[in-house]
Amino acid sequence: MGERVGIEVSLAAAEAVKMANVDVVAAYPITPQTHIVEHLSELVADGELDAEFIPVESEHSAMSVCCGSSAVGARTFTCTSSQGLALMNEIVFIAPAMRLPIVMILANRSLSGPLSIWNDHTDVMSVRDCGWIQFFTENGQEAFDHVMFSFRVAENPAVSLPIMMNMDGFVLTHVIEPIEFWDQETVKQYLPDFEPVNRLHPDNPVTMGAFGLPGIFTEAKKAQDQALINSKPVILKAWKDMGDLVGRYYKPVETYHVEGAETVFLSMGSVGETVSLAVDQLRAQGKPVGQVKLRLWRPFPFEEFREAVRGVKQMIVIDRAITYGGVGGPVASEIRSALYLEENMPTITNFLCGLAGRDVTAEDYMAMFEKTEQMAKGKVRQEDYIIYGVRE
Amino acid sequence: MERFNVYASRLITKKEYFSPGHRACQGCAEALAVRLVAKALGQNVIVSSATGCMEIVSSPLPFTNWRVPWIHVAFENTSAVASGVEGGTKALIRKGKLPDKGTVFLGMGGDGATTDIGLQSLSGAFERGHNFLYVCYDNEAYMNTGIQRSSSTPFGAATTTSPAGKLKPGQITWKKNMGEIAVAHNIPYVATACSSYPFDLIEKVKKAARIKGPAYVHVLSVCPTGWRIPPNKAIWIGRLAVETGVFPLYEVENGKYRITVDVPELKPVLDYLKPQGRFRHLTPELVDQIQERVTREYNQLKAKTAL
Repeated sequence: MGERVGIEVSLAAAEAVKMANVDVVAAYPITPQTHIVEHLSELVADGELDAEFIPVESEHSAMSVCCGSSAVGARTFTCTSSQGLALMNEIVFIAPAMRLPIVMILANRSLSGPLSIWNDHTDVMSVRDCGWIQFFTENGQEAFDHVMFSFRVAENPAVSLPIMMNMDGFVLTHVIEPIEFWDQETVKQYLPDFEPVNRLHPDNPVTMGAFGLPGIFTEAKKAQDQALINSKPVILKAWKDMGDLVGRYYKPVETYHVEGAETVFLSMGSVGETVSLAVDQLRAQGKPVGQVKLRLWRPFPFEEFREAVRGVKQMIVIDRAITYGGVGGPVASEIRSALYLEENMPTITNFLCGLAGRDVTAEDYMAMFEKTEQMAKGKVRQEDYIIYGVRE
Repeated sequence: MERFNVYASRLITKKEYFSPGHRACQGCAEALAVRLVAKALGQNVIVSSATGCMEIVSSPLPFTNWRVPWIHVAFENTSAVASGVEGGTKALIRKGKLPDKGTVFLGMGGDGATTDIGLQSLSGAFERGHNFLYVCYDNEAYMNTGIQRSSSTPFGAATTTSPAGKLKPGQITWKKNMGEIAVAHNIPYVATACSSYPFDLIEKVKKAARIKGPAYVHVLSVCPTGWRIPPNKAIWIGRLAVETGVFPLYEVENGKYRITVDVPELKPVLDYLKPQGRFRHLTPELVDQIQERVTREYNQLKAKTAL
């Protein structure tokens, strides 16, 4: 096993990309993604990483370069945030349709306007339906481990889909944490070389990106949907194998104090650790409260999620994005439909908080619990979401 | 020279890399240009194509007209895709994962994909110095979506978004000079070509492919549908574009200009404008205006060849 080092999470992620021996990195600078690509360009400049670093003129071109390099069978990485994701949006939807196993770290940041560089999930939620495998990391160790995981899953011939690793901007990307590195031998054992199903090469000409007439389009989309659904066993196996190698076992849905819990918080990303503090304090007060963390977002882990919340009476869903004039946050909306046909569906309250880096403390989550207790006495409808912490 | 060309035609491969059976309109000189470029480059190429006529007519899933590796991702990003194809291949060769076969990387798009929506992506790829060739097939409007004007549409041409009306005489702006924009990037090779001059076109494409670094070839591609001419007049109109000086054929190698098809005495632009329906509304005053501009620009080009 590798050594444990104190390092900024962005740099650790970049080091992991280096250890994965990536062939092409194409990126355009945007806060708070910058430290990752800066470090990668340093590694290339120093000859520590043998890769083409392509400093493109926009994120739209970053994702386009990634499509080209992945199509010739090169292991490909990019990284962006917020407006960058919005600019590359068009190509983000095309990459999975072309089954190109690009790995992208999304350093989550609020979408403009007003312009903000700080963290929430409005960027990733804007591409919820893009067809990528999408998951969230909660701390630096998870971020490091999941770089290797991402390449392994995406490039698996049975999957061959791009993968988006979400990492909260600043609160995760810019903090220094103790992280246990893998040694190169472990990486080699875990991550095989990339052998593309098809590659653009003159010896075996293939046509990629043909257009679909109505007579074939639906079938192409069904195949794509099935490919994403089918990636789940590969994902589970990759987590199992990682656990066996490095001793950290990850799951699509993580639980904390759910035994006997009547109320559970549901969170995604780095706020999970703060929510856990609130759960500890509420438990200390004798309140039967637990926590569920969604790590895997696409494909949605229906089975594991329903299992995790079975018997729960109340759920407090934390959303970090707004669906304006709609049914609450995007996460709550998904949770409600995932549970719709369950017997004894819990009451679901939905708090939109932590927008654009607004701090949300354990006390805030405890206040949300109190509010939920009051609300649950009446009927809670899906449009009754609360944007938490608004100064009146 | 004419006789040499007759002989030279036998030296051109009979193999088709852009196969017959595509769905282009009758008389499409752009499909002809694509076919000639494909012949010039042969088997050892990877093509990145923009959305547009040539993409749509050649790749209806599950069919393809491409006998060489070909990728289409979107409209405005061809040069970035080609950058990735080139960069990825380069990395794999350097790391010993693929043998070096000297493959040519071709990016292709229409005038909309090149001079409008894809200009940033193309400029970025030129500036980064990728070893690739970009061919713009310029039919002077967005033909695939129904003949809308682009920045490459010539002054006076009527299109569906620059119609000739009571106030406006069709397109009221002058054609963007894409060749000069490419030259301004200080890339090693820039050329113009036209499928009415197949040997000139093939020679330029072959030369561009041999040169290390970015190369740009701008091909005037006559579109009978959009230019409102009979399909059997496409080659003739392309010749007139050159003979009137409207579209001079030249190349710029490391900054050195050379006119490759010399026209000792230019024909009047009216010869070129008159047969085309898209110019039918032009008044003698507007024709004079065009003539004045064409003559001036041709002389400026001539002056550059003397440097």
